[in-house]
Amino acid sequence: MTDALFFYAFAVLVLGGAVFTVTRRSAVHSAISLIVSLVGVAGLYLLQQAEFLFAVQIVLYVGGIMVLFLFVIMLVNLDQAAKQRQFNRQWAIALLCVAAVGTEIAYFVRKGTSAFQVARPPAPVGVNAGGNTEQIATVLFSQYLLPFEIASLLLLVAVVGSVVMAKKRI
Amino acid sequence: MAPITLTHYLALSAALLLIGTIGVLTRRNIVIILMSIELILNAVNINLIAFSHYWHNVNGQIFAIFVITDAVAEAAVGLGILIALFRNKETVLADEVDLLKW
Repeated sequence: MTDALFFYAFAVLVLGGAVFTVTRRSAVHSAISLIVSLVGVAGLYLLQQAEFLFAVQIVLYVGGIMVLFLFVIMLVNLDQAAKQRQFNRQWAIALLCVAAVGTEIAYFVRKGTSAFQVARPPAPVGVNAGGNTEQIATVLFSQYLLPFEIASLLLLVAVVGSVVMAKKRI
Repeated sequence: MAPITLTHYLALSAALLLIGTIGVLTRRNIVIILMSIELILNAVNINLIAFSHYWHNVNGQIFAIFVITDAVAEAAVGLGILIALFRNKETVLADEVDLLKW
């Protein structure tokens, strides 16, 4: 009951923020709405006992990526863009395609629900022994060690790449 | 009130994905296109976490961490490209960058 209440509250935050992000004229308003949406997603993580990802979502997305976005909005002059047309000429075709994909997804989710119900494994006993963060650490640093290192390399490449892109002359 | 099932999360994630796709396909402002990409990646993460919780398996959360890493890298490089583009062409509108069109 409480779960359902919180789920719907967070769902409203997520979808409302997303809609405002896509439709607002001013980029700053979009960024603020995106923060609301991301906080809603973080709440959904917490609702599903993914506490570590809840913290990561707040710290990294809301604290990191959104600050990056706001800095770029500050650096780039968006006044000119805000006065012009906000949607491109293909918007009708785009909406049509999205509606088609949405119908497909809705159909498959409806058909697939029973399959999920049958295949669900029973809850193992003592699953939360050690807590969520410890579980993630154990799996991440044993089973997924190589992808973890590759991700660090990806971040290094991204740092160097963004500096090269944004700098006037190297 | 009906209990929340996996289907609720799948529906929410699908809706978020579609809103993000609409943003990417219809907006002209590149900053907002990048924000819509973040929305899409978050929809993926909701799915991963929902299945991780459902199967009592922590691997989905690991995948979500990798998706977040990719989102950070994508945002950093994308915004760097945007700054370089604005310096050279004085525009942030996606359909005004049409050098490769004919």
